[in-house]
Amino acid sequence: MPISSVMIFATILIALILGILARIGKQMNLEQWTIAGRGFGAWFVFLLLAGEIYTTFTFLGASGWAYGTGGASAYILAYGAIAYLLSYFLLPPIWRYAKEHQLISQPDFFNKQFDSKWLGILVAIVGVVAIIPYLQLQMTGLGLIVSVASSGSISQSAAIAIAMMVLAVYVTASGVIGTAWTAVLKDIAILAVVLFIGIALPLHVGGFREMFTKINAENPGFLVIGGHGMGVPWFISTVGLTGLGFYMWPQAFAAIYTARHEKVLRRNAIFLPLYQLILLFVFFVGFAAIIIVPGLKNTNLALLAAVQKVYPGCVIGIIGGAGVLTAIVPGSMLLVASSTLVAENIYRPLVGDVSAERVEAVAKVMVWVIAALAFFFSLHSNAAIVLLLLTGYNFVTQFFPSVLLAVFARNYITKAGAFSGIIAGVALVVYFTMTTQSILWGLNTGFIALVVNMAVVYVISLATRSTNLKSPLGSGVQA
Amino acid sequence: MNVRWLALLPAIMIFAGVIPANRVEPIVLGMPFLFFYVVLCVLLTSVTVAVVYRFDPANKEKRVNNL
Repeated sequence: MPISSVMIFATILIALILGILARIGKQMNLEQWTIAGRGFGAWFVFLLLAGEIYTTFTFLGASGWAYGTGGASAYILAYGAIAYLLSYFLLPPIWRYAKEHQLISQPDFFNKQFDSKWLGILVAIVGVVAIIPYLQLQMTGLGLIVSVASSGSISQSAAIAIAMMVLAVYVTASGVIGTAWTAVLKDIAILAVVLFIGIALPLHVGGFREMFTKINAENPGFLVIGGHGMGVPWFISTVGLTGLGFYMWPQAFAAIYTARHEKVLRRNAIFLPLYQLILLFVFFVGFAAIIIVPGLKNTNLALLAAVQKVYPGCVIGIIGGAGVLTAIVPGSMLLVASSTLVAENIYRPLVGDVSAERVEAVAKVMVWVIAALAFFFSLHSNAAIVLLLLTGYNFVTQFFPSVLLAVFARNYITKAGAFSGIIAGVALVVYFTMTTQSILWGLNTGFIALVVNMAVVYVISLATRSTNLKSPLGSGVQA
Repeated sequence: MNVRWLALLPAIMIFAGVIPANRVEPIVLGMPFLFFYVVLCVLLTSVTVAVVYRFDPANKEKRVNNL
């Protein structure tokens, strides 16, 4: 067995062992812990948080996207900035409301705001649906790493099956969302890896300027926005979609509640944009790969193939190992989030009076059901990792109009409005997904659904608004 | 005039500014201009939020919890 395989499997084993050991440990929400600065040095905090945003999407997805689509990948750099700008204003009032009403999950927000258990159930369902492609891409990435590291002796399907088992076992065995230490290990590993290959690979092909000049000469128009139907309107609408949807993910939304104080949320918005810049190095890898391994059919392979071509087996082992952690840690978190959503926010409200043990049992079963679903989808799809995440975004961003209005203009939105808007938006997204249309009239279709959603919310709310206006949100809507 | 309006600046630079910035030349810091421009916008976002934070009256509230 090539040494790279050994290292990959060793990493998986270590992660599993750490996860099992963590049964005794407590789950740590790293972001809040470190931003509050409890004794960690500033540079250490920076390192940890820089790594936290890294999932398979940023590692394999972004490099593959740069390799395949060139200039369009710039959207990935831009959307974080929009999200953090928005977060400064949007997150503190959500936090205040959550604190006042002791909310735990994202559906709780909708339940309380609109006094509707069915809205919460709808939100939970859409949340789970959105998580599946996000989970799928982690499995795809993990499968690719296992397959490449074994030099093809393990087929991609078998590799993804292994990925699915690893994730499901990790979650079931550890019982927590990955130990803090696995996350720390992942953060440090991925940061080191990305910085290294992000500089070494371009230098290997002659330097940054040379690399880009060469790409531009061989493929004019590749390095700017405009190819494959993804023009500037697509860029603007996609940045809009993903920037607004950033905090609409169920787990991201719930994480808002855990901040120590709303000021922490505002302060985070200052530093978090800077962490996005590490994406640059991931892009550089993708671009270098154009020269090192041209003509790959599966663009997700760009980073791995390039590294494999240039470096000896043990290097691919290390890099693959880092990539494995980048898939396991977020993947397990997504599995826990989605199975909990089903058990707590769909099953429990539907069934009514039911014991905590029952709900927990349902959650455990759902871990395997959802993992199997994501596995099934990834078997039949060689979709670009970025496109998978965008699919997820199409769904979760449909929460945005309701959240925005609930927070800033509670009187203008009614329960019926929220319901209709989300259903209209999601229905359009389902339609576009079935017909595999991601671009329409030059715009991102998820964004089009969002606009329709907003219009529906407004119109239906207008129509159903009672003459007795509800009192404004919580204790004053100053954001 | 509330300092918070400053936050629109990076947003406009990203959404509107990308149109003229969508080019390869000149290559700055080794990157095609488009990427350099977006990096600039990201940095500007950080700076802008820092400024807003510093001058935002909401952050000068009497502290309830010790942070």
